[in-house]
Amino acid sequence: MTTKVADDWRLRGQRYRLEGERCEHCGEMIFPPRDICPACKKPTKTTHTLSGRGEVYTYSTVLSAPQGFEVYAPYTVAIIKLEEGPMITAQLTDVASADIEIGMPVEMVTRRIRTQGDDGPITYGYKFRPVFLGQGAE
Amino acid sequence: MKDLKEPRLENSVSDSPIMKPDRPVGIVGYGTYIPMYRLPSTEIARVWSGGGRGPIKEKAVAGLDEDTVTIAIEAARNAVSRAGIEACELRAIWVGSESPPYAVKPSSTLVAEALGATPYLLAADIEFACKAGSEALQSAMGIVGSGMGDYAMAIGADTAQGRPGDVLEYTAASGGTAFIVGPAERAIATCLGSLSYATDTPDFWRRAHQHYPSHGGRFTGEPAYFHHIQSSATALMEGLGMAASDFQYAVLHQPNVKFPARVAKRLGFTQSQIEAGLLSNLIGNTYAGAALTGFSAVLDIAKPGDRILLVSFGSGAGSDAFAWEITGQIDARRDKAPKVQDYINRRQEIDYAIYTRYRGKLMMS
Repeated sequence: MTTKVADDWRLRGQRYRLEGERCEHCGEMIFPPRDICPACKKPTKTTHTLSGRGEVYTYSTVLSAPQGFEVYAPYTVAIIKLEEGPMITAQLTDVASADIEIGMPVEMVTRRIRTQGDDGPITYGYKFRPVFLGQGAE
Repeated sequence: MKDLKEPRLENSVSDSPIMKPDRPVGIVGYGTYIPMYRLPSTEIARVWSGGGRGPIKEKAVAGLDEDTVTIAIEAARNAVSRAGIEACELRAIWVGSESPPYAVKPSSTLVAEALGATPYLLAADIEFACKAGSEALQSAMGIVGSGMGDYAMAIGADTAQGRPGDVLEYTAASGGTAFIVGPAERAIATCLGSLSYATDTPDFWRRAHQHYPSHGGRFTGEPAYFHHIQSSATALMEGLGMAASDFQYAVLHQPNVKFPARVAKRLGFTQSQIEAGLLSNLIGNTYAGAALTGFSAVLDIAKPGDRILLVSFGSGAGSDAFAWEITGQIDARRDKAPKVQDYINRRQEIDYAIYTRYRGKLMMS
C-alpha cells in the first residue's frame, strides 16, 4: 500500500488535471509526461495542461472487472483522442454503454477511480463523459 | 427602493452585528454541480410506506464514482471558468460538507490540486451541517475583505445520506456549489452586508462512526430552522435598513419545500421572490450545497441592480445571512459554465434498488 500511495501522489498532476507536456523542440503535445519526446526523441521539460476535450477513438465494455474495480462493473473503457493529439485510455462515465459511439465528443471529469478496502486511500483521477454543454469551452 | 449606497460601506467599530469587510467584496465567479441520477419520492414511499409520495418530487443522487470531492471539483471548475482568473490566484479554498470522503484528510487539498491552485493557499474543510458552505463563504469574504488575498473560494457540497425509511431519506441529496470571492470592482454580485447567528441547538447530529444522522423530529422546526433563519434575516435587514420589498429574490435554506415557503412568508417575502432559488422539489436537500445552489440558480437569471437575500441554516445550529446586489459584469460571465437548470435537466431516473447500490447501502461481505 505504501508504494501505491506514493504512485498516486507522484502522478497527481496528470491524474487530477491532465498535466502533460509540450515538446520545446518540435511542439509535440505529450501525455502522459515522459523524459523523451516520442516524436523528435529529444528531452522534454515543459509542462502543459491539456484541455480535457477529445473524442472516442474506440471503446470496450468491461463485464468482468479486475480487482478493485468490481464495484463499478459493467463499465466502459475507451481510447480517447484528445484535441491536442495524444491518445489516452480512460473509463467513460455518466453514459450507458448502448449510447456510446466512436467519434463521440467527450470531456474530462475527475472521479473516484478505486478504493483500497475501507481503510485505504481513495484514488481519484480522470474519466471522460459525453460533452455537457461545452463545459470549459471558454 | 431606497438608496443603499450611503450606509453600507462605512467602517467604524460598533456593536452592530452586521459584518463589514475593510474593503468591499463580492462574488467574482460561481459554479454548481448536480449529479445526473434522480430518485423519485414515490420510489421511497413504495418501499417504506406502501405507496404514495414524499415531501418532494425527487432528489439528486451521486453515481458510483462520485463523492463530495468530485462534486466540489466540478462546481469549482465552473466557478473558475466564470471568474476568469487563474486557480493559482486563490489564497484559500474551503470545502464545507457533512459528508467528506475521509474522516481525516482534507477534501480541500484534493480540490486545490485538481484546480491547479496549489501550493500557496489556505485549504481546509468546514463542518456545520447544512451551513458549512455559507460559513466558508463568510470566511472567504474575510480573507478578501481584509486584504489578505484577492481571491478565495468557498464550496458547499454534500452526498447526504438519510437512514433508510427515515423521513430524511426522501430529501437527503447530492450536489454542490462553489463561489470565488474577490474585490467588489470585479464582482458580478457585491455584498451589501452579512451577518452570522449561532446558538447551541441540538436538532440534528451524527455521532462519530455512525453512518446515518439522527434528529429531533419536530424540534428541527421552530427552535432550529425557523428561529435561526428568521432571527438572522431580520437582524440583517434591520441593520442594513432594508425590507423584504427591497429584494427581487430571497434564497433560504431548503430542507424541503414547505419550510422555506413558510419562513419566507413570515419574513414578508412573496412566492415570486423565492421561486427561482427554491430547488428542493427537483433535487432534494443538498445540505451544505442547498442554499448556495439556490443562490447560484438566481445568479443564472438575475439582472444588474437586482438584490438578493441569502440565508442558510445549519443544524446545531446557526444561520448566515447575506445581502447581494448584482452588477453589470454578470452578463459577460454567466454563460461561461453550465447553469443550474442545465444540471437539473440532465436527469436519469433510478429506482430504489439502483439507489441502494449507488449509495453503498448493501452489505457486500
